[in-house]
Amino acid sequence: MIQRSRHALPTPRTASFLAPLVALIAAFALAACSSSVKLDEPAPVEDRSKTTDASAGSGATAGSAGGGGTERPVAQVTVDPSKDPLNDPNSPLAKRSIYFDFDSFTIKDEFRPVVEAHAKYLVTNKARKIVIQGNTDERGSREYNLALGQKRSEAVRKSLAALGVAEAQVEAVSLGEEKPKATGSDEASWAENRRADIVYQ
Amino acid sequence: MIRSAPILSFLFVFLLGFGPREAATQVRIDVSGVGGTQLPISVATFASDGRPAQDVAAVVRSDLARSGWFRVIDPQQTLSDTGPVDYAGARARGAETVVGGTVTRLPDGRYDVRYKLYDAVRQNVLAAESLVAAEADLRLAGHRVADAIFEKLTGEKGVFSTRIAFVTKQGGRYRLNVADWDGENIQSPLVSPEPIISPSWSPDGSRLAYVSFEAKKPVVYVHTLATGQRTAVANFKGSNSAPAWSPDGRTLAVALTRDGLSQIYLINAADGSNSRRLTSSNGIDTEPAFSPDGRSLYFTSDRGGAPQVYRMPVAGGDATRMTFGSTYNVSPRISPDGKQLAFLTRRDGKYFVGMKDLASGNETVLTDGGREESPSFAPNGRWVMYTTQEGGRDLLMATSVDGRIKQRLTSPTGDIREPAWGPFLK
Repeated sequence: MIQRSRHALPTPRTASFLAPLVALIAAFALAACSSSVKLDEPAPVEDRSKTTDASAGSGATAGSAGGGGTERPVAQVTVDPSKDPLNDPNSPLAKRSIYFDFDSFTIKDEFRPVVEAHAKYLVTNKARKIVIQGNTDERGSREYNLALGQKRSEAVRKSLAALGVAEAQVEAVSLGEEKPKATGSDEASWAENRRADIVYQ
Repeated sequence: MIRSAPILSFLFVFLLGFGPREAATQVRIDVSGVGGTQLPISVATFASDGRPAQDVAAVVRSDLARSGWFRVIDPQQTLSDTGPVDYAGARARGAETVVGGTVTRLPDGRYDVRYKLYDAVRQNVLAAESLVAAEADLRLAGHRVADAIFEKLTGEKGVFSTRIAFVTKQGGRYRLNVADWDGENIQSPLVSPEPIISPSWSPDGSRLAYVSFEAKKPVVYVHTLATGQRTAVANFKGSNSAPAWSPDGRTLAVALTRDGLSQIYLINAADGSNSRRLTSSNGIDTEPAFSPDGRSLYFTSDRGGAPQVYRMPVAGGDATRMTFGSTYNVSPRISPDGKQLAFLTRRDGKYFVGMKDLASGNETVLTDGGREESPSFAPNGRWVMYTTQEGGRDLLMATSVDGRIKQRLTSPTGDIREPAWGPFLK
């Protein structure tokens, strides 16, 4: 950052207020005399703290104001994705899948903490949106399986809503049997595919 | 419109007849369950003044043989539509009827296809017709000749000039395909990296409604085949699926989840406007199918606990349960005369095509593979097309509605699913 010791213009705090007047004076000066008048303009300062995603604010840290005693301190902000709990592999938010029993559409107790963690995050971060994708195994009618997958995604959506997540943050859809995670035709594969996934947008 | 090499081929078995090869060849195909009541017909090579791209007579032979109603004899001779017919020779080869024809190239590049159908016993002409077709439509001309012969001799309307739609998956690419009824002449109106399901023909055969996952969720499109123009007619929050055309082609019944679980709505087929909810259950309602008179809607519902087929008035009202013989009866399809209901039924963990006679209430199982899906009626109501699996591969099959005759199409290069038999074309 270049430190300019002498300012022809007031401090940035009032610069915007006076800018039209300055421009008018400058224009008048240019029009009135042909000799060049050099105006000392304020250096452009980018406030990076304003360019970070407010919704991910918990992952942003403010640096110390640089340069002791400067008139125009600049606080640097560095976005650290690892500080967003969504990206923490040890956070309960790292779990995004809820598995269901055969022909069942109720969320088992072991997956309650997963749903609750995402509900808490979504309530705190209201700008974040998710799609819940319901899946089924491959047996039977594709269209009926699509409707069964929706039963699973809808069960998760309702649980999130009961925990206070806004309706606009969540879309429950179904992929039915069309996007299997496991492609085998055995019980282990079918169990893997009886699943709802939380996908952050 | 993307043309692709045919990936379906029927298993043809040509059996040499007894005696010298030039005497006659009997055309046989992979049709099972055919009884002894087949009509013996001789289809000669059509006379031609050039080399048309298609062997029209071969298409006629294939169609008639695949129907299961005919024992087709190839006399290995050329017979024009003007004769003369060797009636004694035809009878000696076992034929009761004889087909001959002529393919003539017209000055404008099209072809004139003329044929005559003769009664070999009474020695008279049963039918005669002339069709004009572009070179690319000579196969279709052959199908139309076969349709006319079939109808003349059986009294049933033929489906040889109808089209089918189905979806294939190969190497992570999904293709919506349209083909002649026999699986030949395949074209792919849509190729996508994401799944495509539930193709459904508009009543006039010009458009297909289907579900595409290209937007990472199921959305219903209407696709005009001739132009490739596509309209997303149902793209509400949640899942949009299971399109079914009303008989007048103006309305689509669809399954939407915009109010929670899957329920059935009606929308305008042209643009998806004027959506109105038809069913209100606590569970799943999906897979709608209009009755041919357009007044009733058949659909799958688990409102009673297990999925069953129900029927309700399109104008609204109570739903009546239609299926009983299993705890899993889904995918209802109504015969063109409205008298029979085909569906998918699970018995002992296996999936079969079931058929219910709506007048008597009798339910029968038409297939025996155990991995069946997606039944679809032929527009004459005589056949039901479906998929099954054998050796880990999907196969396209058709069964007569009495379950007696079955024929198989093979798909050597990809999974095949979601067949839909198109309407009669004007």
